[in-house]
This record gives sequence, C-alpha cells and structure tokens, in this order.
Amino acid sequence: MISLKINGIPVEAPEGTTVLRAAEQAGIEIPTLCDHRDLTPYGGCRLCVVDVKGWRFPMASCTLPVAPDMEVTTESPALVESRRTILELILSNYYDAGYEDSLGETQLMRWAKRYGVDPAKVMLKKPRFAVNSDPNPFIWVDMNKCILCTRCIRACAEIQGRFVWSLVERGFDTRVVAGADTDMLDARCESCGACVAYCPTGALNNKMSLSLGLPDKVVTTTCTYCGVGCQLDLNVKDGHVVRVTSNPNAPVNGMHLCVKGRYGYDFIHHAERLTKPLVRQYLLEGTPRPKGRGEWVEVDWDTALDIAARKLAGTRDAYGADSVGVLASAKCLNEENYLMNKFARQVIGTNNIDHCARL
Amino acid sequence: MAGLATAFGSGAMTNPMEDVVQHARAMLIIGSNTTEQHPVFGTKIRQAVLKRGVKLVVADPRRIDITEYATLHLRHKPGTDIPLINGLMNIILANGWQDDEFIANRTEGFDELKAVIEEYPPEKVAEITGVPVEKLRQAAEILALNKPMAVMWAMGITQHIVGVRNVMDLANLQMLLGNLGVSGGGVNPLRGQNNVQGACDMGALPDVYPGYQKVNTETAIQKFEAAWGAKMSEHFGMTVTEMIPEIESGKIKALYILGEDPVMSDPNSSHIRHCLEICDFILLQEIFPSETSRYADVLLPGVSFAEKTGTFTNTERRIQMVRQAIPPLGEARQDWRIISELAQRILAFGSRQVNANAPFAQWNYRDTAQIMDEIAALTPSYAGVSHARLEAGEQLHWPVKDANHPGTPILHVGQFTRGKGKFTPIEHIPPQEMPDDDYPMLLNTGRVLYHWHGGEMTRRATGLMQVYGQALVEINPDDAERLGLNGNKRVRVSSRRGSIEAEAWVTERVPPGMVFANFHFPEASANELTIAALDPVSKIPEYKICAVRVEAIRG
Repeated sequence: MISLKINGIPVEAPEGTTVLRAAEQAGIEIPTLCDHRDLTPYGGCRLCVVDVKGWRFPMASCTLPVAPDMEVTTESPALVESRRTILELILSNYYDAGYEDSLGETQLMRWAKRYGVDPAKVMLKKPRFAVNSDPNPFIWVDMNKCILCTRCIRACAEIQGRFVWSLVERGFDTRVVAGADTDMLDARCESCGACVAYCPTGALNNKMSLSLGLPDKVVTTTCTYCGVGCQLDLNVKDGHVVRVTSNPNAPVNGMHLCVKGRYGYDFIHHAERLTKPLVRQYLLEGTPRPKGRGEWVEVDWDTALDIAARKLAGTRDAYGADSVGVLASAKCLNEENYLMNKFARQVIGTNNIDHCARL
Repeated sequence: MAGLATAFGSGAMTNPMEDVVQHARAMLIIGSNTTEQHPVFGTKIRQAVLKRGVKLVVADPRRIDITEYATLHLRHKPGTDIPLINGLMNIILANGWQDDEFIANRTEGFDELKAVIEEYPPEKVAEITGVPVEKLRQAAEILALNKPMAVMWAMGITQHIVGVRNVMDLANLQMLLGNLGVSGGGVNPLRGQNNVQGACDMGALPDVYPGYQKVNTETAIQKFEAAWGAKMSEHFGMTVTEMIPEIESGKIKALYILGEDPVMSDPNSSHIRHCLEICDFILLQEIFPSETSRYADVLLPGVSFAEKTGTFTNTERRIQMVRQAIPPLGEARQDWRIISELAQRILAFGSRQVNANAPFAQWNYRDTAQIMDEIAALTPSYAGVSHARLEAGEQLHWPVKDANHPGTPILHVGQFTRGKGKFTPIEHIPPQEMPDDDYPMLLNTGRVLYHWHGGEMTRRATGLMQVYGQALVEINPDDAERLGLNGNKRVRVSSRRGSIEAEAWVTERVPPGMVFANFHFPEASANELTIAALDPVSKIPEYKICAVRVEAIRG
C-alpha cells in the first residue's frame, strides 16, 4: 500500500492506483468527463487536473499513479480557473439543438454549472452534424454533443468486445464514427447500449425514451430474459416503464446489459397484453364444446376461477389425479413455481408437473 | 442435470461466472452460442481473452460469433461430441497430462473409463468427427496444460438423444484433469431461461419435490404429507415431452399451463397442435394470446416481471430479488395470487382430503416473502434464504444451509455431494435421424441474439423486430449455389414432420450440408420440422439434429 495525502487527508492506496481513484475511495470527488472506473484511463478531457506539491504544472489525476508521500491538492483558485477554461474549450465545439433528451442534467452540464460556464454562451451557433444520424432502432446518435471523451469507444472495445466506434481525422475535424464511417449495425454493433450507458453528454442516448421525460421512480430488479441474471433499473413514469438503465452495483453484470435486457422491454405495455379473464362461450352456456372451441367471452375473475376450478377438480375426480398435467414456468418467480409444485402435489395429488427446462 | 447428478451427486453449474472469467486459464465452450444466448457472460469471456489472454477452445459445428475470440475452433460434425471428448481424453492420457492425485483421492471408476478411452485414438476420432488429428492434439494440449480450465455448455450438448451421456463425458474430462472444486474450473451448464434453475429447484419437475428431494423416497413423502396435510403420489409424474403426447392416448385429460407456449417450444409442432386440440380442458395463464392460447378453454391474465415481487435463481445458483415497478395492467393479477385462489377454490370442493391443520396446508399468503419462508422451511438448499437477507444486499448461491450460512458459490470443494466423483465410460451413439437420399441435409436449431424462445415477448418489441424481423434460415454458400439461391433467397425446408418457408441467410456460419433455423416466428418455426426423439433419461428432445430437404422457392 502506498501512503499519500489528498487535500491534507492521509490516504492509503494499492500501487498502480490513479490519484483520481484514490481520491474517490477517500470520498473526495475530482471532476472528470473521460474517466470511468470500468474503463482504461484515457487522460483526454483534462478536467481532472490536480496540483502535486513540488511539481511545476497541474497533472491529470486520471492517469497519474499514486506515489509515496505525494501531497495532492484537488481544488484551488488556479485549478478552478483551469477547469473553467477547459470546459469553455470543450463546449466551444458543442451544439445543443434543443430537443427533449430525457436525460436530466448530464455530467457535462453538471460540471459546467459547478464551474460557472454557460453553455448557451460558448457553444457553436449551428450544428456540425445531422441530429439523429444513425438508423439504429435503439441508439440515438447526435455527434453535435460529442466531446471526444472516447468513453463509447472504450466501452465498446473493453466491455462488449466489439470495436464498433473509433476516432477519425485530426485536430478540429476529429470525430467519432462507427466502423468505416458507416451505420452502427453495418459496423457489427450488437445494440447492447454500453456506449449509451457510459456517454457523459447525451451524444449517445436511448432512442425509445428520448421524449418520454424523467422517471418518477427507479426500481432495481432482475432481467426476465436469460439465465445470466443481470440486474437493471426500470425507470417508471406515471405507471409506465419508460427506460431501462444500468445499475452500477449490479452483482453479476455491473453497468453492462445486452440488447434484450436494455431495449427489449416494450412488450410490458404492448396493446395485446391480456387484461381480463376469458372463458369460452360453451363453458358459460353449459353446452358441448364446439369444434375450434368457440368464442372467447370476457368475464369477471370469480366466474373464470370458478369454471377453471370446477373443470380441473372434475377431471381429477372423474379420471384420477394423474389425468391432470401441470406446466410451471421458467419465466415465473421461484415463489410461483413452488406454488405450482404444491398445487400439483397437494391440491391435485399428481407428480405430473414440469416446465420447459428441456426445451 | 441428470448427467452431473450421476457423476457428482448433484447437478448444477459448479462455478460462478465471475470466478470463471477471473481465474480460468483456459476455457472449453462446447454447444453454447454464448455471446448470443448469454450475452453478458459472452462479453465477459471476450474480456477474459482480451485482457488476460485466456486460451479459448470452441467446439461447435457452426462458426458462431464467439469463435472470433477462440484460440482454436473445432468444427466437429453434429452429433459427434462423445467421440470428440473421448478423443481429447485419449490424447491427454497418452501424454500423461491427467491429474493423478485428483483421480486417486477424489474419484472412482478410472480403470473402466480408461479402457473405453483407449478405443478412441486420434486417427479414428478425426474420421468420426471431421476434426483433423493435428487440431485434436492442439486442443488437448491447450486444455490440459492451462489449469484451471473451465468447461461451459448449453443446449448444444443436452438437446440430443445422447444429451445426458454428453454431459457425463464432460464431467469425465474435468475429473480427469482435476478441474473440479477449484476456482476457475468446473463444469458449467449455462441455463437458458431467467429462472429455469429456480423452477427446477422449486420442484417444478415430475420426479422431485423442492430441493431435488425424490418423490419416490419414504422420507420425502412423509415430510411433504406432514407439511401439506395430504396424501402424496409415490411415483414419478410425466415430463412435458410425455404429457402432451399422452393426451392422444387419453391418459392426460386436462392441463394447467402457466406462462409456457408448447406449440412454439416443443418438438414437432403439428403433433403438439393435434394433441392440444383434443385435450378435454386447458387452463392457460399468460400475459399474451399465444400460439397455444387458441387451444385454451380458460385464459387467465397474469403479469410480467415488472409487475411482481419475488425471486429468480440465475444459472450460477444465485438467488436475486425481482421487484415490482408498476401495478398489474388492467385486471391482470399477479400469478402467485391466481394460483393461490385457484387452489383455495379446488380445496373448498372437499373431494380431496387435506388436513387443514398441517403447518403448510393453507394458501392464504400475504405476500411472496411468506411463500419464500415456506420454501426455506421445506427445502434444505434454500433453508437460509429469505427476502429480508436478499433486501439487505446479501449475495446467496444455494445451498444456503441456514439463516447464518453465507451460501456456496463453488460446488464440490474438497468433496462431491455423493462422496467420490464417478467416472462413467461413454460410448458414441449416432443421432436418431441422419440425412439420407430423401432428406439430404441436416437441420440444427436454436435462437438468435435479438429474440427470445417462442418470441412472445420479443416479437412485440419494436426495435428488436426492426433489427431481426423475420425467421432466417442459415445456409452455407456452397449449398446456396447448388440450390440456385443466387439472387433468390426464399427457401422451403421440409422434414418428415412438416415444412416451413423462410428467407435464407447465406453464410459460412453453417458448414456445407447443414441449415440452421430458429423457433421465434410462428410462420416459420423450426419446431414444425424437429423430431420428438428423446434422451432416454432426461426426456430432452434432439433439437440439434434432424434430416431435412431444402428447396429454392421460384418466383
């Protein structure tokens, strides 16, 4: 362990830790845009500059490893001035077309506010790129808001392992492109949305949620698709799931999700959802079952449950418990599967219970 | 799972995913399209290769996505997993790469295994599998000399008539190399559905109560009769692959189906439809009208995962909270409430003797936390699980033996569930239906990244449909040329059981002679074609292999 002082506070950190991470662990926040604990340090935005005692110039703390007896200062009038200048330079190549993005305060805007920079005053007067420039159905691309922090490039390469994004051209013309400047899907994008999750500016955003506003609650739950068991945050507004976001504390997956987990949620509110119990007309009329089973009729719960109970019990009583089969569901809860097992064995009296584990 | 239960005494993924990703030095992926079917784990494997230089061997007839990251891709012929694994073990033994200490201390049956393995020399294996001898040697060397080595598989191993035997042979390989009970090793079947592990754990199986307590053992029968206050059936029930066909024989008269779609997910769809059509009564509890709902007599609206609170158990036996985010839509009700109300109504008829004073006879649950407490009381591996512990942030992998037990991330450390690990010599058996003159091509089936199973959810997700909006049949360029698919991409794929029409995706993902189809779209579902040939033990259908004829559709 290496001992150092940050803002006069003694801090211990393993060798190889960056000053930014060591400060974070000590509860000291250093502003940054390009750094993220999940990604390789980049040292691009320079917002995280700090003073180190005995050194002539401020250093980027995201790429500076801790050293014994180092004394670091993270805020001073000179550093504040440096950060303000850096933010003005970043925003001088930024353009906000003014559409609703449902992001609330992005990290970029948060730091601009903290350091007293008014984006409207310093940003470009007209766009450099088309807004919504990629046809990907999930991922909104507005490179006018890109600050070249390269988090998207690193997220795609280091987390998804897909290498869709990269930088092209030089100097003022530098920009982020997919593949050989093509559409994301043509660049073999798998639409996992990692680049969106790590973007600090809204240059990449969730297309399906763009105009839906901010959630009024966020609920952490477990994904309903595969067996990996990713956890995610359902963003809810007025009783509707409007967005899925990463939960950095998810034990299995951290910030990462796949295309189905992050974007496959619109089935929840689909118009074809069943919302009323249905029974076939012949069951209400007590007539023999017609070919094709006949028409559906909407009924109240008591009617439907009574009919279902009578038919299942009647079959059991007439033909024996093993004439009834019960199929539980690998989509449902443990608690519900337990109840299906209890239902088959206690209520009906059969071991004819299974689910789609084999299929 | 039955295969692992034979070898070790219990069947489940032995090591957590993160453990494999962080500590394995080599990996064998066989019969798992990991990056499409378990995408986040797939990306973690990519990271392990990129960042730690893990040696990855992928054995799969298809050039699936993860092969891009493979050190070596063994493209063996479909249905030759056993000769391939035996062949690797033959080379390992010939070079003395086996873990003699592990074999001596922790296993039994090695001599019997060795006798069979000697029948699989590399030249013979190369001929059966189509994998050149040199590649077999390279694979054996990578897998044996980079320890710990972890094996991962999914339905590509189990959905064969020899599925259980395939699994037992992978267990043989890992015992031979001493890669069990160690960090970064293990035998790791990746479970498909979000809660298929949990549904098995909860006794949604015809032969076991919750926690795999066998329904034909005296102790388990007495335990559950006392708990639930009713006489228990003492013989195994039917699997889903038996139940539906037994409608035809009149043994099954009524079905209660919760959130499943057998028309889409079971083999030989047309026969399934016929059986459901003649079933006396079908109660279906679902969130959408499905291909199965047209055969239902009563349709009860359940809810999606966003509308209920409870737990799922993931592929690595980790029990996690599911939390309600929105109220049930319309008049839909939470599924646990529906099951409870139905149970109460049937019990009220009184035709079944139930002692209402038994400790868990009742169905008047307050919430799912109370149901979990009942599960914990009756299920040794969940004995210490409660919603309160999970809400406090504890990470619990079963077995969780009591309220203070921390759970068991890695299985079989120091000792197997059954004591010693059991080697079982496995001989090759060819698939049930191989290509012939009438049906000259081989059909392999599975799923794709953008859809889920029968597609009831993902076909209703607009963006997913934009990316993958129709069934595609993967076909090799050589076959495409032979069939004259140049500029004309519609094909008809027929088997002895049915026929589908779909667009062809001409790709080298599949080898010549094989087509691959999915079962996400009812208008062109692979299960119209698949064969209901079952593994004799697990009753899993041979979804990965049947014979088909492929024709270009003109015009």
